[in-house]
Amino acid sequence: MTRLSPARIALYVICALVLVYLILPVVIIVPISFSSARFLTFPPPSLSLRWYQQYFANPAWMQATRVTLMLALLTVLIATPLGVAAAYAISQSKLRIMRLIHMALLLPLVVPIIITAVGIFFVYAWIGLVATMPGLVLANVMLGLPYVVISVLAGLQSFDPAQEMVARSLGMNRLRSFFAVTLPQIKSSVVAGGIFAFISAMDETIVALFISGGQYQPLTKRMFTALRDEIDPTIAAISTLMTAASFMLVLLASTRQKKSG
Amino acid sequence: MTTSVPDPSQKHQRREHGLMLALVSPALLVILLLIVLPVGWLAWQSVYHDGFTLENYRRILAEDVYWRSFALTFEISLSVTVLTLLLGYPVAYLANAVPRAWSIVILALVVLPFWTSVLVRAYAWLALLQRTGVINQLLRYLEVISEPLALVHNTFGTVVATVHILLPFMVLPLYATMQKIPNDLMQAGASLGANPALTFLRVFLPLSLPGVLAGSTMVFVLCLGFYITPELLGGGRTVMVSMLVSRNVELYNQFGAASAVAVVLLVSVLLIFFVVSRFISLDRVLGQK
Repeated sequence: MTRLSPARIALYVICALVLVYLILPVVIIVPISFSSARFLTFPPPSLSLRWYQQYFANPAWMQATRVTLMLALLTVLIATPLGVAAAYAISQSKLRIMRLIHMALLLPLVVPIIITAVGIFFVYAWIGLVATMPGLVLANVMLGLPYVVISVLAGLQSFDPAQEMVARSLGMNRLRSFFAVTLPQIKSSVVAGGIFAFISAMDETIVALFISGGQYQPLTKRMFTALRDEIDPTIAAISTLMTAASFMLVLLASTRQKKSG
Repeated sequence: MTTSVPDPSQKHQRREHGLMLALVSPALLVILLLIVLPVGWLAWQSVYHDGFTLENYRRILAEDVYWRSFALTFEISLSVTVLTLLLGYPVAYLANAVPRAWSIVILALVVLPFWTSVLVRAYAWLALLQRTGVINQLLRYLEVISEPLALVHNTFGTVVATVHILLPFMVLPLYATMQKIPNDLMQAGASLGANPALTFLRVFLPLSLPGVLAGSTMVFVLCLGFYITPELLGGGRTVMVSMLVSRNVELYNQFGAASAVAVVLLVSVLLIFFVVSRFISLDRVLGQK
């Protein structure tokens, strides 16, 4: 096996090419964002921060950024407790129906997002939630829930419920024993699930395209519109910042998950 | 007489059930209101317009635009699935065969793009593939071509970017399945005189098939509903089903038609999941195991 056969070399070459293909688009936006050129030229003629300046100086981009950050934060604050409560009940209860409920909570991953988006648009148009912040948050809570549920369920799998029983037999009530005994042990999975919900809300585009409008348009909707009209390296600057934010969050989540073992 | 005295353990159990249902209900309510109700709404709207009608479905079958779009979507999904399998299998195989430190590096590189916004990647592919883009400039510099190639705003660009986005969904289940294949089996094959190629074909490949099925299902199904990539990279000619839905809503106000297309798409997806679930556990497809 250690001798390099031709098949082995071919395998290495193919894999190297595939990995380059995977990484190249993620990396290429960085030099473009620091280019001084108006149009896409590679390599950039000289370095400049002009596209970052354009982004930070533009009130429309800034308003969209505020909406996105607010949206992602509110989504996490709502989706995390709902998801933790649901995951706890699914893992502890012996009720038959819980299996069905578990599957229902994963529906957002199964139904094509375009269908969800159009459906929500019709429902929102009926109750008057189109182009509102609550409408946007609610939709993203729904989309983020599966990530929290999956992550917390995985955390609860390695948790022994007998420990909580012990705490309760020592006189703690259910709620206190959960916060004192169970939660600290699954904390990492909860944080990881919350971070994934945050990233999901930050990156979500399709539902926002249909239901957001006016001053409550997230960054992704504005980017999509900008990309359809004219390509401007400002998008590269925003993309670089968004990608950096995502990676830092994922890194945070994965170190969290590792700690929980 | 005995029935009038409530059994304490039964009472306790009922309270326990009540508590668990109460805990799960807020999340369930969100799901019911924001995905079950909207999908139900679409289903209703597709057959009801001042009375029951199957007109919207008749049009999907009768009108060229519709069923050509469905055919194109299935065609693209199929090619994307085959391509991700061809590109993903060697990567998963290598990640499984090398020492742990290296497999972590490979998997990290696979997952890295996974956490980049689809929108950002669509932009990056535009930058790479357009007429004045990086690839065309490089090829012209190397004097391979004299005129820029049309690499984007067509089906080609859509497929390149879609394969890029869906590749991790293929590699991860493949890797997970390959990891469970015991190494002894390969050694046993070798000790019985089979050469590496034969051991691979007779032992490794068949055992990795559940991973192939799981990955292919996920990629195919996700691709059926793709919207952002074909919209931005397809140049208006690659009209996938999702774009049919959005155009019927946004441009033509044809809500019934949009709903019917959405229902057909959803039924296709659920049907695929159902058929696949006869062979492998759906948890595996959804990447939970």
